[in-house]
Amino acid sequence: MKELALYFLDIVKNSTAAGAKQVELTLTENERQTLTVVIADNGKGMSPELLATVVDPFTTSRTTRKVGMGIPLYRMAAEQTGGTMSIESALGVGTTVTAVFHLDHIDCPPMGDLPGAAAMMIQGSPDIDFVLTHSVPGGEYTLDTRQLRQILGPDVPLSAPEVFLWVQDYLAEQEKNLNAVSSGRQEKE
Amino acid sequence: MKSLEELKAIREHMKRQMDLRDQSSDNIRVAVGMATCGIAAGAKPVLSAFLEEVEKLGLRNVTVTQTGCIGVCRLEPIVEIYVPGEEKVTYVKMKPEMVPEIVQEHLVNHRVVEKYTIGAAE
Repeated sequence: MKELALYFLDIVKNSTAAGAKQVELTLTENERQTLTVVIADNGKGMSPELLATVVDPFTTSRTTRKVGMGIPLYRMAAEQTGGTMSIESALGVGTTVTAVFHLDHIDCPPMGDLPGAAAMMIQGSPDIDFVLTHSVPGGEYTLDTRQLRQILGPDVPLSAPEVFLWVQDYLAEQEKNLNAVSSGRQEKE
Repeated sequence: MKSLEELKAIREHMKRQMDLRDQSSDNIRVAVGMATCGIAAGAKPVLSAFLEEVEKLGLRNVTVTQTGCIGVCRLEPIVEIYVPGEEKVTYVKMKPEMVPEIVQEHLVNHRVVEKYTIGAAE
């Protein structure tokens, strides 16, 4: 995949497929161009046996079709930048996937269209509580679908095209503000 | 500057449209394959294009959904269209440029765009 945002879109699908009621996607960038991505859900979780096999595309292809190539590709993308990927999971509790990307590594894909990808995560699973947080040195923003639902009321679903377009534009603006903050800081240094 | 308050306007606007909607109108479902294979093949801009077109034309009777792997990964991006009372139509190797034509012809005029279907591709 050509963009980091596409990987996130793919991995978040695992959470919703596992019956999660809440999914948190947290992106944290530090001064040293390191991006830590945490995808935490309260889905059904995995047994230690299943957890041990999900990172291997060959042992998982038949027994755990739901996981498939998503996790192996994600791990490869992180490791190619000198980063890591790890999964913590407990049956009945949920799963947390943590990946570290070195953004200044030549093999790191660009972030890409995070606003569009995140808006699709919400559009595709309109009934779950989704929390997106993106923080960079000097700034951060959070979007919580519970807030959106409160304003929209019971009749307008988060899957409506009008809402999708609004979320996409809103996040694009948040990203722009974040970029301004972080590039402003870099100029000062 | 966009604010959460704008969602109130969307809510009011949509409520009015929902009231106007003919209760007997058929509900068409568009399902875009968004599994790993679909995303890798370019399904994201295709889904985006469907949502934009449906909003632009104000098609209240169309629901755009995301689905998993349909099973023919080599033909992704794949879009399935379900019109009540009609056979499911599967469009393959989709590109965003193909979407306005499919929305206008299939979703509005109820004419299948044969050249983009799985039947034409195989």
